[in-house]
Amino acid sequence: MEAESIKFGKNLVTREEFVAEGHSFCVGCGEALALRLASKALGRNVIIANATGCIEICTSPLPVTSWRVPWIHTLFENTAATASGIEAGLKILMKKGKMPERDIKCVAVAGDGGTSDIGVQALSGAFERNHDFLYLCFDNEAYMNTGIQRSSATPYGASTTTAPAGKFSIGQTTWKKNMPEIAVAHNIPYVATACPSYPFDLMKKVRRGREVKGPAYIHIFSPCPTGWRHATDLAIEIGRLAVETGIFPLYEVENGRYKLNVDRPKLKPVEEYLKLQGRFRHLVDEEIAGIQEHVDEGYARLKAKVACFAA
Amino acid sequence: MSKRVGLEASHAAAEAARMADVDVIAAYPITPQTHIPERLAEMVADGELTAAYIPVESEHSALSACLGAAAVGARVFTATAGQGLELMHEVVYVASSMRYPMVMTVCNRALSAPLSVWGDHSDAMAVRDTGWIQVFCQNSQEAFDMTLWAFRVGEDPRVLLPVMVHFDGFHLSHVTEPVILPEQEEVDRFLPRFHYPFALDPDKPMTHGAFGPPEIYSEAKIAQEVAFRKSKDVILQGFQEFGDIFGRYYRLIESYRAEGAKLLLVTMGSFSETATIAIDTKRNKGESVGLISLRLWRPFPFEELHQAAKDAETLIVFDRSISLGGPGGPVYSEVRSALYSEKDRPKVVSFIGGLGGRDMSVKDFEYVIDRGREIAEKGSKELFETVGIRGKVTGIRG
Repeated sequence: MEAESIKFGKNLVTREEFVAEGHSFCVGCGEALALRLASKALGRNVIIANATGCIEICTSPLPVTSWRVPWIHTLFENTAATASGIEAGLKILMKKGKMPERDIKCVAVAGDGGTSDIGVQALSGAFERNHDFLYLCFDNEAYMNTGIQRSSATPYGASTTTAPAGKFSIGQTTWKKNMPEIAVAHNIPYVATACPSYPFDLMKKVRRGREVKGPAYIHIFSPCPTGWRHATDLAIEIGRLAVETGIFPLYEVENGRYKLNVDRPKLKPVEEYLKLQGRFRHLVDEEIAGIQEHVDEGYARLKAKVACFAA
Repeated sequence: MSKRVGLEASHAAAEAARMADVDVIAAYPITPQTHIPERLAEMVADGELTAAYIPVESEHSALSACLGAAAVGARVFTATAGQGLELMHEVVYVASSMRYPMVMTVCNRALSAPLSVWGDHSDAMAVRDTGWIQVFCQNSQEAFDMTLWAFRVGEDPRVLLPVMVHFDGFHLSHVTEPVILPEQEEVDRFLPRFHYPFALDPDKPMTHGAFGPPEIYSEAKIAQEVAFRKSKDVILQGFQEFGDIFGRYYRLIESYRAEGAKLLLVTMGSFSETATIAIDTKRNKGESVGLISLRLWRPFPFEELHQAAKDAETLIVFDRSISLGGPGGPVYSEVRSALYSEKDRPKVVSFIGGLGGRDMSVKDFEYVIDRGREIAEKGSKELFETVGIRGKVTGIRG
């Protein structure tokens, strides 16, 4: 029986919770919120394959579990491969009549490290093999579960425990790896970016990712008060600022066609976003100007793609 | 009617997987792979087998995909060797600890460096403690039989564990021998349809692979160990049923002219067949020698070893891998340790040879027997001795 839904304007959101209360996410965690929204959009006919990371640790300490949908965790870097096996297994069992035909989507869930660093090979392989699965990357821009170590998704200038800001270092010295574009380069049917500050947009994209046949990738910006050193009531605001500054634009790429979901006539200065977070506290004006330039350039490039390959 | 055909051992294993009607195969052609996945891919392409063949991008992903497929209740098979098994090492533990039945054939190879695609048992020894049921084969027939048997045992609801079928790279994997293939009807009688009781299913949500905090990890591991050791009953039952249907009865430790022998050569894998000829030569000269060959490597057959070694004064264990810096060959260590608490324990001598594809001749085994006897009587300065290796090997000390 379907649980009751709540109406928010045009949007219907189920009251049902698929990730139960009582988990151990930090106070104010943007990722926990994003996960909750995503799971509501997915519904119950899914099998979740979870990489090692915050979500896995915070939802599954033996002997209890937060998961009300079938869920599997095996290792850190192999989530897309495990998902490949689930998808192929379900499909062949149905084909051979060993399991009744039904619509079960395999959904892989991983963090930015599990996706853009250690898991990128398995993910690339699963995309290339065209498995019918949805991959959700919850990006909190560092290895938060292990203690805020830098990943390739950590932004330039952020201070982390393995790339700390110091007398001779600005912290992270490299620009954030563009994982959504790496997914796009695999010519998969659906790629999107999302952020829990835009809940209906996030849920719409997750539903679309669940619907499409073939691999789908959604990169979800997940503010982390613990690792980013911001106030615990600011996850939503920081997510919104990331979008409004052009640092994390919300867009979709369906069959190679780009669509910008939030397009402000004028972007806010990146400083508004940076100044709320302790990880950027050491940045001087000159560095902030450099980041501004990089963000502007990236945003312009994205807009050019949208203009060139419009949905 | 069963039929007798010439088959490469790799193709024999592939044929067993086909007759087992596997659902999912995931494999990667790391150097070295074998003809097993190639043959299965061909069978799927030709419609001889209805299965999902996942051509993964690494060995790590091969076994990871197997985990996912097993978790939804598919019958799963993969094959690897050498470096490939090393790359999937992390996943090997997960398969057994999460109690996913699956069968993996390993065509045993040496490990880098120097790069060698040729055979020895180094890869197998590296996964010794991973909690997989592990058997060794001596010939192509056994490659077929053990692969089929592995599904039967691993999938038994009392077991639910993965099974590794080892056979020597090249010396066996690439050798064509006569193999008796059974009828499909016989296979179906031996191997019931797989039903995994804990399959992931949205109608019965279940959490697989939750993390184990210190309050529970120890209990989880000990429970796994108890279940693993208990699998021996089903292993034996599986051999009995196999023999009853197919007419070939296997034992946990095979023996050759070992009855009453004062000196026993202990081997594992296909070199055992070469060793039997050396045993014949020695027996013809009136020497009291025999051979025992370990088929079941894990869980280790302690009871059967005690039984097999009870009349022997000397055991010479021949290993095809080195435990660098350790007490001797890995099989030697296990055998010696297993017999240590015996009141009248035999002397146990360690020999290492056949590394990285180096062949062992009948003469080599005769040397091992002669020199081993001498070491048992007079001792040796070295912790183990070598055979078929150029130059005098010294400095193997504690």
